Amino acid sequence: MTSSPFPILIVIVPLISAFFIPIIGWWKRNLCYPLVILSLFFCTLFSILTLNAVIQNGTIHYYLGGWHPPWGIEYVVDHLNAFVLAIISFTSFFVAIYSKKSVEQELPDKIVFFYAVYLLLVTGLLGIIATGDMFNLYVFLEIASLAAYALIAIGEDGAPLASFRYVIMGTIGACFYLLGVGYLYIVTGSLNMADLSELLPKLYHSKVVLVAFTFFMVGIALKMALFPLHTWLLDAYTYAPSTVSALIAPTMTKVGAYVMIRVMFTVFKPDFSISLFPITSILGWLAVAAILFGSIMALAQSDLKRMLCFVIVAEIGYIAIGVGIANRMALIGAILHIVNDVFMMACLFLVVGAIVYKTGTRNIYQLRYLHRKLPLTMAIFVIGALSVVGIPPLCGFFSKWYLILGAFEAGKWVFVAVLLVSSLLNAILFFRVIENIYLEPREPSYAHDGGGPEAISIDEAPLSMLIPMFVIGAGIILLGVFSGKIIDVVIQHTIPPTI
Amino acid sequence: MEFIVCKYNYWIYIVLMMIGFYAIIGKKNLVKKLVGMNIFQTALILYFVSTAAKKGATIPIVSHGHGATEHAIHAAQYVNPLPHVLMLTAIVVMVSTFGVALALIIMIYRRYKTLEEDEILKATK
Repeated sequence: MTSSPFPILIVIVPLISAFFIPIIGWWKRNLCYPLVILSLFFCTLFSILTLNAVIQNGTIHYYLGGWHPPWGIEYVVDHLNAFVLAIISFTSFFVAIYSKKSVEQELPDKIVFFYAVYLLLVTGLLGIIATGDMFNLYVFLEIASLAAYALIAIGEDGAPLASFRYVIMGTIGACFYLLGVGYLYIVTGSLNMADLSELLPKLYHSKVVLVAFTFFMVGIALKMALFPLHTWLLDAYTYAPSTVSALIAPTMTKVGAYVMIRVMFTVFKPDFSISLFPITSILGWLAVAAILFGSIMALAQSDLKRMLCFVIVAEIGYIAIGVGIANRMALIGAILHIVNDVFMMACLFLVVGAIVYKTGTRNIYQLRYLHRKLPLTMAIFVIGALSVVGIPPLCGFFSKWYLILGAFEAGKWVFVAVLLVSSLLNAILFFRVIENIYLEPREPSYAHDGGGPEAISIDEAPLSMLIPMFVIGAGIILLGVFSGKIIDVVIQHTIPPTI
Repeated sequence: MEFIVCKYNYWIYIVLMMIGFYAIIGKKNLVKKLVGMNIFQTALILYFVSTAAKKGATIPIVSHGHGATEHAIHAAQYVNPLPHVLMLTAIVVMVSTFGVALALIIMIYRRYKTLEEDEILKATK
């Protein structure tokens, strides 16, 4: 057990920079972007150092104001959140690099406030992950959500209404979470996660604890958009500006999934959340519905971004199914999928942003011959798409592999079937897009104005967009290739020992 | 009966929460939805504050110096301050949520010239 200032630095650096950005932007607008990059660079650096320290020496604690838990707020970074912290800060760093051109095109007069809110969102997300205190988690949850409402609302035409719905749903979710905290507080008198996990086992048969757990689960399911509670996600993520979608879509829902795993397996112990309460089977079946619904509805979409939103609903289903099966293999799969999915969704949404930047359309049927115009971007899209489908060297395959192994081990054949079917559906889904982009139509369409495909010359996205896409794309391949090592070094320590 | 009367503040919290919930789900006007959301959140404040309430208890301050007669040092003698502090933070969060939502409503009104949800949906189709 070591103490280190890094957990707080990861959260404080973007928070302080968020306050400086309006001031500096008022003086010189062009300085905002370098400041964001600088602060997120330090954030990423600190989180990677933290991950390294956690792997070497185990859990890191930081006591805010020197107050020891359970009285003070404590930041705890163990293997699980060190890894998620590193991935989230890494992704938000590269999305920030990417944002320059896209924001200049889509929101030319709001750059200063866009970056301020962007950093607040990152602060909220990293705070949720780093904190070891239930109420502090609620505060960060609301910081992240408020920033997300604002960022979504500056999008295109339908965005304010979509954002308003998200406000209502998100607030209900957060209130349920807070109510859960309150119920736990009246029976234990503590808000510290580690303290709660020691106090609670004696009270596992109390009705108050059951109600608290139910409130937590409903609130978190709303925040992570698990199937019947996903309705806010579709409009909000579709109408948001491209950069915002590329930041929020991979991170927000996955952080929600992280909170769910944290509450189920750290605050409550597995013998409560698996044995005493039927939450795992409920989660499993909801996840089955989410996967099938998301994959099938995605098939019906002609808007590329909206299709990806349905894919997110299905991907959240994968994480929930892993938690629902709740054995060692499936949990490894679920946690690996949180990480992989951040990269896959970031990759796909970044590519969609680049397509919108260059062509102004997201309709799948208007993207023909795009590989001649944007060869590198489309190559990265194919990497992301194949990873979602689950082609072996890419990371998406490994998390699905562990999920299926877990389902085999538990003897849940329906889940195995659903996981396999959804892979096929994803294959249809993405090959439909790839076919529309890459392949010549069977019958040459003479109505096509502007001549044949040879007339289209290369007009690639700017370098500041290409490099982040390339890094995330390479990350997908590397996460896949080194997934065995990642599981050995990090993820196997995150599984509770009693499972 | 005693169960209802003695814990009436908790019953009021549940009733308030359900009123808010009904307004969120049942009302078509966006402002009414927002007011429902606010009632929902206020019910939570009532809940937290009632958990800390105690009859005949004092503030959790140990008074030193001249004329100090009473020392509230046993848990039964003072009111737990923590739920109140939590609610101060939660009120700040709720006010900012309310502000963001009102700003969104202004944006929606400027765009569609109405705040009835069904009329907006008709206009977008």
